[in-house]
Amino acid sequence: MTADFRLPAGGRIDRDSALRFSFNGRSLAGRTGDTLASALLANGVHQTGTSIKYGRPRGIMAAGVEEPNALVQIAEPFTEPMLTATTVELYDGLVADGLSGYGVLAAEPDPSRYDAKHAHCDVLVVGAGPAGLAAALTAARSGARVVLVDDQSEPGGSLLGTDDNLDGRSSDVWVRDVITELDTTPGVLRLDRTTAFGAYQDGFVLALQRRTDHLGFDAPSHVSRHRIWRIRAKQTVIATGAHERPIVFADNDRPGILLAGAARTYLHRYGVQVGRRLAVFTANDSAYLAAIELAEAGIDVPVLLDARQEVPPGLSAECAARGIEVHPGHVVTGTEGHDRLTDVHIGPFGGGQADTVGCDTLLVSGGWNPAVHLFSQLGGTLRYAPETGAYVPGESLASARVAGSAAGTFELTTCVEQGIDAGRAAVTAAGFTPAAEARVPVADVRAEETAAAVLWRVPGGADDRAFVDLQRDVTVSEVERATGAGLESLEHVKRYTTIGTAHDQGKTSGTVAAGLVAEQLGANLAERRPTTFRPPYTSVPFAALGGRDRGELYDPIRVTALHDWHVAQGAEFEDVGQWKRARHYPRQGEDMHTAVLRECRAAREGVALMDASTLGKIDLQGPDAAELLDMLYTNMMSTLKVGRIRYGVMCGIDGMVIDDGTVIRLADDHFLLTTTTGNAAMVLDWIEEWLQTEWPHLRVFATSVTEHWVTVPLVGPKSRDVLAALAPELDVSNDAFGFMTWQDATVAGIPARICRISFSGELAYEINVNAWCGLALWEALIEAGEPYGITPYGTETMHVLRAEKGYPIVGQDTDGTVTPQDLGMSWAVSKKKTDFIGKRSFSRAENLRPDRKQLVGLLPADPSVLLPEGGQIIEHDHLPEPPVRMLGHVTSSYDSAALGRTFALAVLRSGRDRIGEKLYVTKDDEVVAVTVTDTVLYDKEGARRDG
Amino acid sequence: MQLIPCPWCGPREEVEFHYGGQAHVDYPAEPAALSDEEWAKFVFFRDNPRGPFAERWSHAAGCRRWFNAVRDTRSYELLAVYRPGQERPVTT
Amino acid sequence: MPAQTNLPDHPSFLWRNPDPAKSYDVVVVGGGGHGLATAYYLAAVHGITNVAVLEKGWLAGGNMARNTTIIRSNYLWDESSGIYEHALKLWEGLEAELDYPILFDQRGVLNLAHSLQDVRDSVRRVNANRLNGIDAEWLDADAVKEVCPIVNVSPEVRYPVLGATYQPRAGIAKHDYVAWGYASAADRLGVDLIQNCEVTGIETTDGRVTGVNTTRGRIAAGRVALAASGHSSELAAMAGVELPVQSHPLQALVSELLEPVHPTVVMSNAVHVYVSQAHKGELVMGAGIDNYNGYGQRGSFHIIERQMSAAMELFPIFARAHLLRTWAGIVDVSPDASPIIGLTPVDGLYLNCGWGTGGFKATPGVGDCFAHTIANDKPHPYNEPFTLERFTTGALVDEHGAAAVAH
Repeated sequence: MTADFRLPAGGRIDRDSALRFSFNGRSLAGRTGDTLASALLANGVHQTGTSIKYGRPRGIMAAGVEEPNALVQIAEPFTEPMLTATTVELYDGLVADGLSGYGVLAAEPDPSRYDAKHAHCDVLVVGAGPAGLAAALTAARSGARVVLVDDQSEPGGSLLGTDDNLDGRSSDVWVRDVITELDTTPGVLRLDRTTAFGAYQDGFVLALQRRTDHLGFDAPSHVSRHRIWRIRAKQTVIATGAHERPIVFADNDRPGILLAGAARTYLHRYGVQVGRRLAVFTANDSAYLAAIELAEAGIDVPVLLDARQEVPPGLSAECAARGIEVHPGHVVTGTEGHDRLTDVHIGPFGGGQADTVGCDTLLVSGGWNPAVHLFSQLGGTLRYAPETGAYVPGESLASARVAGSAAGTFELTTCVEQGIDAGRAAVTAAGFTPAAEARVPVADVRAEETAAAVLWRVPGGADDRAFVDLQRDVTVSEVERATGAGLESLEHVKRYTTIGTAHDQGKTSGTVAAGLVAEQLGANLAERRPTTFRPPYTSVPFAALGGRDRGELYDPIRVTALHDWHVAQGAEFEDVGQWKRARHYPRQGEDMHTAVLRECRAAREGVALMDASTLGKIDLQGPDAAELLDMLYTNMMSTLKVGRIRYGVMCGIDGMVIDDGTVIRLADDHFLLTTTTGNAAMVLDWIEEWLQTEWPHLRVFATSVTEHWVTVPLVGPKSRDVLAALAPELDVSNDAFGFMTWQDATVAGIPARICRISFSGELAYEINVNAWCGLALWEALIEAGEPYGITPYGTETMHVLRAEKGYPIVGQDTDGTVTPQDLGMSWAVSKKKTDFIGKRSFSRAENLRPDRKQLVGLLPADPSVLLPEGGQIIEHDHLPEPPVRMLGHVTSSYDSAALGRTFALAVLRSGRDRIGEKLYVTKDDEVVAVTVTDTVLYDKEGARRDG
Repeated sequence: MQLIPCPWCGPREEVEFHYGGQAHVDYPAEPAALSDEEWAKFVFFRDNPRGPFAERWSHAAGCRRWFNAVRDTRSYELLAVYRPGQERPVTT
Repeated sequence: MPAQTNLPDHPSFLWRNPDPAKSYDVVVVGGGGHGLATAYYLAAVHGITNVAVLEKGWLAGGNMARNTTIIRSNYLWDESSGIYEHALKLWEGLEAELDYPILFDQRGVLNLAHSLQDVRDSVRRVNANRLNGIDAEWLDADAVKEVCPIVNVSPEVRYPVLGATYQPRAGIAKHDYVAWGYASAADRLGVDLIQNCEVTGIETTDGRVTGVNTTRGRIAAGRVALAASGHSSELAAMAGVELPVQSHPLQALVSELLEPVHPTVVMSNAVHVYVSQAHKGELVMGAGIDNYNGYGQRGSFHIIERQMSAAMELFPIFARAHLLRTWAGIVDVSPDASPIIGLTPVDGLYLNCGWGTGGFKATPGVGDCFAHTIANDKPHPYNEPFTLERFTTGALVDEHGAAAVAH
């Protein structure tokens, strides 16, 4: 294992370490502190893959998140698609492959955990480079709560990629001092490997912390792999640095062509030389530093081409001193090579004597784009700065400020000063007195000598091989084709060409594309609308966003106090909203159909009981409670006497049924309402909304008491005997305890409230006890009912029993388009009340139509045929060619033990007028003949309810 | 995600709140006296401005109280919050 | 089905960029999919070519550029399935009609059911669809797995998949290609597509529309047709027309490009997520609307986090896919989740709004029916039920209750 391109000294890598990894099937070695990209370059590997459209070899071009080429697929430790080699920290055993634009998802589930955490602070600083560190330190010294996030494995930002000194010492010392102080200041939270990827209003910033990726196979399974930080900051300092942008020229995509600043980073941070013989092409001063420093490291740098006629005198002299020929007014016109650059064609800008330079590496700099993503996401407007060819933050925002190169400032000392200023301004705005002015360290960085030139591309070359967006393989020719097609908006050009839509989201191509479009249209870039930066800044795994809210934690599971009993009895459950409800209790060898027939028989012939605790229960108290109820329900509730119970229907203001249930009057000013299981929260919200926003003068309090009670309907002809056995002091006779009344009593020694209501038509007692005593009650009932064959039943049996009696279920037999009248419940709609919610809607034209859909019963001609719920009702005895007129549909359908046949409920046009008619219901590809009937199919006289 | 200043609890995360649409739409004193058109206006029609909008919120996962807010529907910025029954404050 | 590395090229010429003329027979306000399609059918079917489409930004840059491109017609009610199926039939011939590669791909749509009531509602809708001549099937969980093997149908998830409705003819198309196909076809027929032209007023005289004021000057118009989705309320108000719609943010997102894993489109109302894999290979996902009114073209991130949780439940293999870009549109939501298309109280002013989250799939149907309405001053039979008056009479077309997710 060799690392031919690792310099003998320098870099921040651990030279005592030895990491083995595999890339594109090759076994290679690297060091702790490497990225996959730096380790590849240390091994002389530039090409990572081929391009998506033209299949051209592509190599590492950058050293950070802006990388457009080096997309990799992780194979081990776990399959992960599309990361950039420049951001994957190397670990032992990593197996990765280069990608040609498409990632591959794992076939097996991801074993990792993901979570989220909230953080609140006075000042959030994004970026731990010189500006960010200065801002964070200033804020921390002022006593503010500070969060400092940085996406790198260690703080320092751009300083990690230079050999700049501060105060005459390595900038490392300054960084270490600042970090030490931050880490010992209370109220400071510093997060490495954490990328702020989205900035939203009210100081909300989302960041992704990669907690264990760098540990590779050693990542502990109990630690979340990634964490989403939800940060609320009073003030945000954006110190996110800048990305270098290339200059476009023919064949500008060959492996070996890198951004100049990236080469500096590989040199200083990783101790890697990116090539043996380098040419440099620039339009600004910054690339001179790359040339000089690489030459100082002993690398052959024969030429530097500067597109500017006027070159920086000092830097040029330094170059000359190191044997670098500086060519003013020269550009790269093309390149040669296949897997790796071999030659660069050069010539004077605008034409003239051409030449060719043999080299394996070309460093390019077209200038620097401030990373304004977060600022733009916050709604900050961007301004085009013609002097640097970059978009920079325009007017400042009230709660966010930008410092350092993110603000378009590229001089180190000024960046630090801006950081200090931003920190002071932020703490002041957050209500703190800023600490005494921090000292600005003295940098030894060479000042800019000559103004940058803005050059998007070298004209006159092969435009169809001059790549603007390398990841999307979009060339200058394609941009020209777009503007030629009549497109003037940058957004249109992006869509026409797909520029900027790849994994890098146009970090190196966006501004260049905007510049080219403006150039081609003869427009002034400063007058054109810049593109919008949308979250996320860098890609975020789906699973990280999903966090812990999966499986059981996706949504709360609600169970009743009797749940364990149902489980022990082998009940099958159904989801009703968040509740788990016992659907039926199959005995050995029973399917649901058999079990339900048995449970139904028990309820009709003996005694049965169910857990109805999920029914919503709302306690309503106050002197005006009755008045409120009169508005909420279609029927009159104020006339209900204490001790009595009334069924009620609720409608929306559009007159459609939204819920139903019972109202029991406990005292003049005290009621208990029940709701359907699924609508309990909705009904409470509904009541609160009316109370608080429309009728605040009503003195009423509404309280959810759903979970306070265990509710057990004891049903069947023998229910009276069972109750009598357990409540010897209670007179259970019909005279003493009549239908639709309630009484408090002691049942099995437990204080209980018993309601004589029935959702089955049978004699029934609904016994309510404190939920803590629920199991004791249930078990006592089971024991007392044993001589009568007491049978627990589930929701399925409840549905059958109620349907036999024609009782609708809101949400099953109704769908938001059904009125009480449609349900045949005009008897529950008060004629006396002047108003209630929904009343006015009943007189609209549509509500008065005679052919509204009405609830009816259906009896299949063949009593063994079960109609499908959802089957449509038609007039034809066969399925004609569509379209077929539909008269309604089956809402509920069951096999009835009591009727000895199947039956259904349905909503049907002019349904009540059709009773007795023969119609047809669709079932698969056939129709089933049915007769329309009244909704009540069992015990029409209601004789059974009193036992 | 917004930070909504509940007038009773103080600023809280948007996820704790329930949106209630336009504020200051009173339930008609006498619905029976309204024409179908007038009733339809009450039931279905609400203002939908691009700009400041007086609207109702409920702190559903907090104090469970309703309040009103003036919010700019372009920037989503909350310009004012106030209790039910209070006049819409003047915002700029 | 492999990902298409190279989408077909757009043509080398798309449209002129004319300055607005002084007057047009018809001014269509809104250069989105609906506006462009309407202009195209006005010219192509009704011979009305003195038409301008006014767009305040760039053509098809609103919801048309932001939607998740799902196309289906399996709506519950006759009225809805009528217009959506009309649209679907037009989709099936649209590539030839426009001579533009719109990448209409009938890969089928699954609408998942997670509760017994979901199952009842789904079966009801399948039965209704079949009687209306719309291809629809009810699939149990195993059959769902066959159509889309990556869906987790295990009973272990919080809300297990109990089955799904399946419309094989449903699918996706490429939104920009659709919009540009209509735009360039309309342009060829003489329609003026005028961008960066915001309507600031609608002029009426004696109850009849006479023109519009714009940021590019006054434009006289014999008829004015509004097709501006989230901005409909503001525009209609300029002519004194109140609308029962509310504008909400609707968010969507994409992943990086991935090798094909997802052969169809999956939608789940109960857990609020819908997912397809676009032609190029990215996963495209959307959720429900943000609950507050908003014109900001952005929503709240917790909606996306919630949707990701749901996606992880249904598609565990998506765990390490990456979110690449999020965005939002402004959708105009009506009280019954059905559109409003037709005449208004102002003569010569026509309305097309209230599509909520369902606008893209209806594009050709809307264009055809709205053009018919404008040309004849009378609704097309397919949009006859979708009047503004229905909110007064109560004759709603309520697609909330039983029609699964409204996307």
